[in-house]
Amino acid sequence: MSSLPLVSSAAPGRFIPVAASARSMLVLERLSAIPKLAGVAPAARLYVRPAPQMVSSGVREIDALTGGFPRGCLTEICGPASSGRTSVLLAALGAATRRREVCALVDISDAFNPHSAAAAGVNFEKMLWVRCGTRLQKSGSPQRHRDTEKKNEKIEKPVEQALRVIDLLLQSGGFGLVIIDLGDTPVKMARRVPLASWFRFQRAVEHTATVLFVISQVPCAQTCASLLLKVSGKKLSAVSSQLSAKTPAHAQRLHGLQIQGELLRSRLERKPAGSVTSAFVTKV
Amino acid sequence: MPFACIFVPDFPVEALLRAEPELRTQPLAVLEGKAPLQKVLAVNENARRAGIDPGMTKLQIEACTGLVLRARSLPQEAAAHAALLDCAQSFSPRVEDAACDTIVLDLAGLQPLFGPLPKIARALARRASDLGLKASVAVAGNPDTAALAARGFSGVTVILEGTEAEQLGSLPVEVLFENSTQKSSQLLETFSRWGIRKLRDLAALPDVALSERLGQDGVYLQKLARGITSRTLVPVEPLLVFEEVIELEYPLVLLEPLAFLLGRLLEQLCARLESRALATQELRLCLELDNGGTGVLARPSGAQARQSFQRTLRLPVPLLDSRTFLKLLQLDLKAHPPGAPIVEIHLAAEPVRPRAAQHGLFLPPEPEPEKLELTLARIAGIVGEDKVGSLALLDTHRHEGFRMQRFVFTTETQRH
Repeated sequence: MSSLPLVSSAAPGRFIPVAASARSMLVLERLSAIPKLAGVAPAARLYVRPAPQMVSSGVREIDALTGGFPRGCLTEICGPASSGRTSVLLAALGAATRRREVCALVDISDAFNPHSAAAAGVNFEKMLWVRCGTRLQKSGSPQRHRDTEKKNEKIEKPVEQALRVIDLLLQSGGFGLVIIDLGDTPVKMARRVPLASWFRFQRAVEHTATVLFVISQVPCAQTCASLLLKVSGKKLSAVSSQLSAKTPAHAQRLHGLQIQGELLRSRLERKPAGSVTSAFVTKV
Repeated sequence: MPFACIFVPDFPVEALLRAEPELRTQPLAVLEGKAPLQKVLAVNENARRAGIDPGMTKLQIEACTGLVLRARSLPQEAAAHAALLDCAQSFSPRVEDAACDTIVLDLAGLQPLFGPLPKIARALARRASDLGLKASVAVAGNPDTAALAARGFSGVTVILEGTEAEQLGSLPVEVLFENSTQKSSQLLETFSRWGIRKLRDLAALPDVALSERLGQDGVYLQKLARGITSRTLVPVEPLLVFEEVIELEYPLVLLEPLAFLLGRLLEQLCARLESRALATQELRLCLELDNGGTGVLARPSGAQARQSFQRTLRLPVPLLDSRTFLKLLQLDLKAHPPGAPIVEIHLAAEPVRPRAAQHGLFLPPEPEPEKLELTLARIAGIVGEDKVGSLALLDTHRHEGFRMQRFVFTTETQRH
């Protein structure tokens, strides 16, 4: 369109180079003159959706990378086990409860650890915990394949429960943060959640102040996620000798877990986001 | 000083019709006594037109087609009387409990609030109708005249000061005697022998001659007929008990019709609470179950012992929405069914002051308490009651060092 010469209505047939704003006016005049296009609104007049309000994720590096988590949108964080996704979940919960918002955690695999959450500063009075299924039994028996099938059978029902629970929570409204923890759900089960459900969830939080946050091993929400972040654990550093005597023994091994976060997709900016990485370190 | 009287004619019938309003268009008779000596205690207008009168035996009225018979229900009459008191106390703080079907209230000082006296009388009748009672309301300058007018005239009556004798004159002398005692029967017989049929005839009798023949009772009755009595009200301070009861004609097995009846009881409870500017934070449901006669010892009175099924619904904040209450009760009964047919329903509400929530512009988003309570009940139905709630850490080193507790949400405004 920018290459087409525009002709001033005052002098038809003659090319008169004009300024951009005046050029827009000329286009509008020509469009409005066409009877068939009289009801068409030009793109310049279309409603521009305002940028969503961003809230802190609780991790400084993620806030610097993405600007925080957007309200009224679906944010997805994916990564394998021990990649730091649960740390991000706990940090987000802690930040939301510090903001005095009511949060809801839909724990599909019942893997939530209250003690870790308390250490992360989560205020349990502001957190609703919905436990959809039993904890996965890690089995090393020779009948591994059959156990896997049994595991899948055990958590298939929790996924269906979770979908209904999420619908109820989002319809109720008023939650500052709703987290769906698919981290310990097998990938096959998590991918069985239909795209229509994700779309329904995304539309349910649109125009609300709720942050819908999904934790999974692989991206599940696909195009419904406005923000997609991939985390991976880099390496464990050696146990530091500077740890205090109060540090529990089991926590020392995880000191210095380096997490790398990669922003895969962001619909919050006009231009598509490139793959930007950031690194942060957990501390006891 | 104006007074108003609310009178519910055929009170036992009206008490039953509160729970079964669909019977209002049918002839209905309320029986009292033990079989086979049951007698008609009260009838509605349709039954009266069909020739059914109080005092007839059950055998006499069974021939009447289309007549609906019900046994007298004292719990329902008590609930209706409580509703009547609530109606009166929603207008005036000075209320006299004259009889189970008659309430007198002092209207002094209410005209600037509610308007002129005819408007107050109409509002009283409307409020009583909202509570399921068809009442007659009368306003007069003294309590006794108001009571006579309410008992004698149906609908709304306003008696202006100075016109009491004229307006009461057309009423029959029977209206002076609300309870049939031996003394009142003798006086009525005397009036009948004298040819005194209307109150104007009684008012026209000479005072001295009347006192010589009937004594002070006769003089008092004449003053009533003339509308010149004067007395102070004896205000009542009833206990704030909000309870509705319904006895079923046949046992209920399904939850859907039970929900229909519960909805009706909840609407009446909420209306009564609202008339007192109160709300509730606890609902107690007690269902009397039908044992079916298996393995139950009979009581000496002959009535079989019944099991009762009780559920208590505790809410995080005071609420007054009957639909929310009904939904919560339905979800609770679905999760915990009674297990036997239901023959009687008792529903009570604990009154509390309503919450005053002032929302701020800059406060964080909060869920609405009513919606949140319904959502939690629905989620509990999906995942189980022990799988949803908030956490409480225990002071222990055990792996499962926490317990689930009910999620109680306090708004930011309640904290400050």
